[in-house]
Amino acid sequence: MKRVPAPPEQQPDTFAFTPENLALAEQHVAKYPSRRQASAVMPLLDLAQRQHSNWLPRAAMDAVAEMLQMPRIRVYEVATFYSMYNLAPVGENLVQVCTTTPCWLRGSDDVVGACKAKLGIEFGETTADGKFTLIEVECLGACVNAPMMQINDDYYEDLTAETAGAVLEALAKGEKPKVGPQNGRHASEPAGGPTTLHAYTGDA
Amino acid sequence: MLRDEDRIFTNLYGTQDWGLTGARSRGDWDGTKAILEKGPDAIVDEIKASGLRGRGGAGFPTGLKWSFMPKESDGKPTYLVVNADEGEPGTCKDREMMRHDPHKLVEGCLVAGFAMRASAAYIYIRGEFHLEGNRLDAAVREAYDAGLLGPNACGSGYAFDVFVHRGAGAYICGEETALIESLEGKKGQPRLKPPFPAGVGVWGRPTTVNNVESIAVAPTIMRRGAGWFAGLGRENNTGTKVFCISGHVETPCNVEEEMSIPLRELIEKHAGGVRGGWNNLLAVIPGGSSVPMIPKSVCDDVLMDFDALRDVKSGLGTAAVIVMDKSTDLVRAIARLAKFYTHESCGQCTPCREGTGWMWRVMERLVTGEADVAEIDMLLEVSYQIEGHTICALGDAAAWPIQGLMRHFRPEVEARIMERKNKQPAAA
Amino acid sequence: MPTLTIDGQEITVEANTTVLQACEELGVEIPRFCYHDRLSIAGNCRMCLVEMEKSPKPIASCAMPVGEGMVIHTNSPVAEKARKGAMEFLLINHPLDCPICDQGGECDLQDQAVAYGRGGSRFDEHKRAVKDKYLGPLIATTMTRCIHCTRCIRFATEIAGVEELGATYRGEETEIGTYIEAALTSELSGNLVDVCPVGALTNQAYAFSARPWELRKTESVDVHDAVGSNIRIDCRGAEVMRILPRLHEDINEEWLSDRSRYAVDGLALQRLDQPYVRVDGKLKPASWEAAFAAIRARLDGMGAARGERIAAIAGDMADVESMLALKELFTALGSANLDCRQDGAKIGGKHRGGYLFNSTIAGIEDADALLLVGCNPRWEATMINARIRKRWLAGGFPIGVIGGVAGAGDELTYNYDYLGDGPAALADIADGSHHFTATLAAAERPMIVLGSGALARDDGAALLDLARRIAQDTGMISADWNGFNVLHRAASRVGGLDLGFLPGESGRDVAGILDGAGKGEIDLVWLLGADEIEMAALGQAFVVYQGHHGDAGAHRADVILPGAAYTEKDATWVNTEGRAQIGRRAAFPPGDAREDWAILRAFSAVVEQPLPYDNLQQLRQHMVTEVPSAGAIDVIAAADMGDFGVAGKVGAEPFASPVDDYYLANAICRASAVMAECSRLYTGTGGAGQAAGTTSADG
Repeated sequence: MKRVPAPPEQQPDTFAFTPENLALAEQHVAKYPSRRQASAVMPLLDLAQRQHSNWLPRAAMDAVAEMLQMPRIRVYEVATFYSMYNLAPVGENLVQVCTTTPCWLRGSDDVVGACKAKLGIEFGETTADGKFTLIEVECLGACVNAPMMQINDDYYEDLTAETAGAVLEALAKGEKPKVGPQNGRHASEPAGGPTTLHAYTGDA
Repeated sequence: MLRDEDRIFTNLYGTQDWGLTGARSRGDWDGTKAILEKGPDAIVDEIKASGLRGRGGAGFPTGLKWSFMPKESDGKPTYLVVNADEGEPGTCKDREMMRHDPHKLVEGCLVAGFAMRASAAYIYIRGEFHLEGNRLDAAVREAYDAGLLGPNACGSGYAFDVFVHRGAGAYICGEETALIESLEGKKGQPRLKPPFPAGVGVWGRPTTVNNVESIAVAPTIMRRGAGWFAGLGRENNTGTKVFCISGHVETPCNVEEEMSIPLRELIEKHAGGVRGGWNNLLAVIPGGSSVPMIPKSVCDDVLMDFDALRDVKSGLGTAAVIVMDKSTDLVRAIARLAKFYTHESCGQCTPCREGTGWMWRVMERLVTGEADVAEIDMLLEVSYQIEGHTICALGDAAAWPIQGLMRHFRPEVEARIMERKNKQPAAA
Repeated sequence: MPTLTIDGQEITVEANTTVLQACEELGVEIPRFCYHDRLSIAGNCRMCLVEMEKSPKPIASCAMPVGEGMVIHTNSPVAEKARKGAMEFLLINHPLDCPICDQGGECDLQDQAVAYGRGGSRFDEHKRAVKDKYLGPLIATTMTRCIHCTRCIRFATEIAGVEELGATYRGEETEIGTYIEAALTSELSGNLVDVCPVGALTNQAYAFSARPWELRKTESVDVHDAVGSNIRIDCRGAEVMRILPRLHEDINEEWLSDRSRYAVDGLALQRLDQPYVRVDGKLKPASWEAAFAAIRARLDGMGAARGERIAAIAGDMADVESMLALKELFTALGSANLDCRQDGAKIGGKHRGGYLFNSTIAGIEDADALLLVGCNPRWEATMINARIRKRWLAGGFPIGVIGGVAGAGDELTYNYDYLGDGPAALADIADGSHHFTATLAAAERPMIVLGSGALARDDGAALLDLARRIAQDTGMISADWNGFNVLHRAASRVGGLDLGFLPGESGRDVAGILDGAGKGEIDLVWLLGADEIEMAALGQAFVVYQGHHGDAGAHRADVILPGAAYTEKDATWVNTEGRAQIGRRAAFPPGDAREDWAILRAFSAVVEQPLPYDNLQQLRQHMVTEVPSAGAIDVIAAADMGDFGVAGKVGAEPFASPVDDYYLANAICRASAVMAECSRLYTGTGGAGQAAGTTSADG
């Protein structure tokens, strides 16, 4: 689904990094060789997005372009190319449900159904209270913990319709649900306990 | 089965301390200075002798790749770039290494970077791995604080920096030249080759791009010796490998095993077997979404390594095993991958930009049977028109799953079309 | 020098050649869309794939350097399959409606689809919808037709030097545009239409007005500036439908300035298509006889001092033939009051090197340092500016600027060091106290470019002297290099200087003529297309305006003699390099208008001083004798340098920017609605462009 930029009336006229973020931005720029400051465009756009309610207004792209001495169009290209830049406002919780084959094989349809039912919205929509935006996402690289979804920075894995609903419910209440597998697994070991590394896991 | 003492990633599941203290207790950063004192050429030779082949999918001999970097400095920097843009559907091994054992990678950067005479390493981690990126950042900071990196890394006199760079959502950045473009602050669109990165890479400087696992295993190989690593697996397919087993198995998991382990053994020993038993198996995608699937008959005795899987017209790829049992709608499984490749095409070159979407749309119709049988041949022809004609391998990756489906399950696809036709009232 | 085999033929080529170029050398045709030999290599269309033995995949011939022993097959099954596949993919989302596409008949995609495509489509899905983009008033877009070859992006970025175009989003959603829907801020934007291989970017001003096969094509030269860009004029009947660039490697390569391309509509508006005579303060249509008689009556009344009481000024687009005829007519009438320098530039004289762009345009590529003085090449000589950018991109080309631009910044399409705004900086460079002197002196082939911002002022001759001394002192002039350059803005200027359309002995220059007219010492002023002088200064003088547009001169005139625009006459112009070129008549002048030399020849008979030529051929023969440089077509001879300029005090005034409005620089532009729109958009002035009737001399 194409990410449509926010209409002009939603776009702020200006954007400026906070002093803290400006310092962080400078740290990013310092990672790259001199005169290669354009390399910092992705971290800076990310920083700008985090500062601006998780979406990237054009003014922020322009500010980054100016800071890195890049033509604006080159920044627009980057901002539209990468899927993590939100070009229009999103809910407080950006719920991204993975539906790529490994997740689909393990029931992502149920997770999607549960999210849609719980939030009362379709993919690409935001709840009326502005708390949730639901989108479909491509493989997030947690396939042995499928199905999964990412909400803002956090992965919620080994989901079922019920546990996905529970995560959303907790977030709606302002709680902070446990991140990671929702079925009692620790990480990517086989459910029920590792088949290897017993000496290390203390799991003889 | 691989013995635990031969496993490299001993904190794969994150049950222990990921930090420097924990890492040291697992043997990391042990005698790194001594490794460096062997000199770059000795390290490259050792890696060559170990038989290590790239763990990112293509399986190119790692030591040989390092040897392409310039031996004589022109006074300007050269770079090691670590490809941590893990995104091949089915694949989730690098994530575990980075969040649970980040020092293996950081130490590997120093060893590999030193061996190729690089001045710094940039670890390009996919942006969605936010917490993993934070772990890496912290591990790198720990390494600097302990003097393991920096102007006198490990007291070796060698100056080496490691930086973490986060992506922002683009599978294509896993392609090494797209990754380099992205690292330069551009769209991740693959470059034309030649020139190759070892000649002209990031910021125009010689660059080697390696997968996380390829780099992370290097210090252990150096400590335990090429012979140890080469003694595992089969000839030309040596060492250990972290496999990701997903899909219709009882207990999906990541596990480090010996290269060339039989597929069936891998699934049954570590993933609890196929859901409903081995005979309920329909097909397996053995190396991440880009490789063609293999039917159960092939799965029965195929070995999990580069050569064995190539011989059955598939590939080891990232060693991500996607298991599909007999309940699976294979057409839909592959159609979903076709959608993935459409979404992830960078749009630069014609066959991929136009062809991936075309294939996906035809696949969607095949899911419902809303097609002519002749369209299967057309779809295959379109896939051959993409394959080998694009700037990077994404075109091939999009074509192969469809080719694999038709190679082994064409009658099922045709049957669905006929079934739908038979349900329709005869045309006037 | 590697040797390779292409389709069974061996060829040895330079080491840095690509396979595609090697194929071209052999005459083997390789289809392509994204490849353009003046742009960087993109390799994205995949149309040029060929088979290379020992390679598992076909290779992109546009991007692959040749190697010793390569064996290439361009028509093998492997190559054919790749090509056919690329062609099919390009067409699946492209509308198959050539008959309603403005590019139809001159479309690379259409041509190659015929040559390499399938007979029909087997694409059964919905075609992609793409929103059209706004790129400004000059370019129409139909983005469903875009094949994403990125030629436009590369042109804008590399040649035009405006990084405003890009490809946003990705995959099949990739869109070419500015993202922010803003007009491109380039004076070269029309070239995007030429580089676009399909009908995605087309000429807005020419939209759906003709088909290529209906057009009569005439090869000519442009007169909107002094560059002498080579053009092709496409006419249908009497109407000029469009103007396109024509390849000249040493001048405009294959590009064209927007003004030269898009002022075409001005050729049909505000035209003078019959003689007029002012009667009782109002201009009334008249016959040629009546118009000539009115002028003769005025001359007859002047008596013996007639020569001192008349004057002629040649305008910026005048051709050599008509200036020569006018000069000879005035000489015959006893007048030495002649000038072709409307702007009052202090140049001319026997040392031709003192007023030419001696380095030549192509020579810019050999230079290794540049000093721009009182000029803004971007607006005065766009194609020369593009050449400077090309040189700058190649690296090792320090550029210093004194005046002519608004100041330090990014006004030009290359980085420059702003050294000062006026004569002081130039004087510092001349006496060696400025750091840039060392830059120039260290260079092997340094250049100085002096514009009218420095020359068209009272101290112009002293500044010319300073510039000459800088050139001499920093080693700009040697046996094989001449780095001294004057940048002209008027197409007529060098020709006029060559033929001596200048004040004769005790004759008056433009300022003197205006002064004399104001004081009543000059009774008659003949303006040959001269619209850029202060008309109010002409006082009570009787003004003859010979020209093609109802602009400032015509409004002031007492008699109007309708002449021919540059597209309507066979004539010679000499560009700023001193290169003579012939323009060809593409259409006849409207109504009763006539070619300018013929008007002068006819009038010379009326005043019983018949000029010694009865046809253009005789005039040309005469011209070559009188002005040899005008007869050496497309040739540049090393010019005599000498001690031009006059040593003297220079003022303190900054060098003014010589161009107020690029889009409204002459009478044709000022009649153009398209130029008026550009002016409104880009310079915020809008000017006097009107789209009203074809003849409104009476105003």
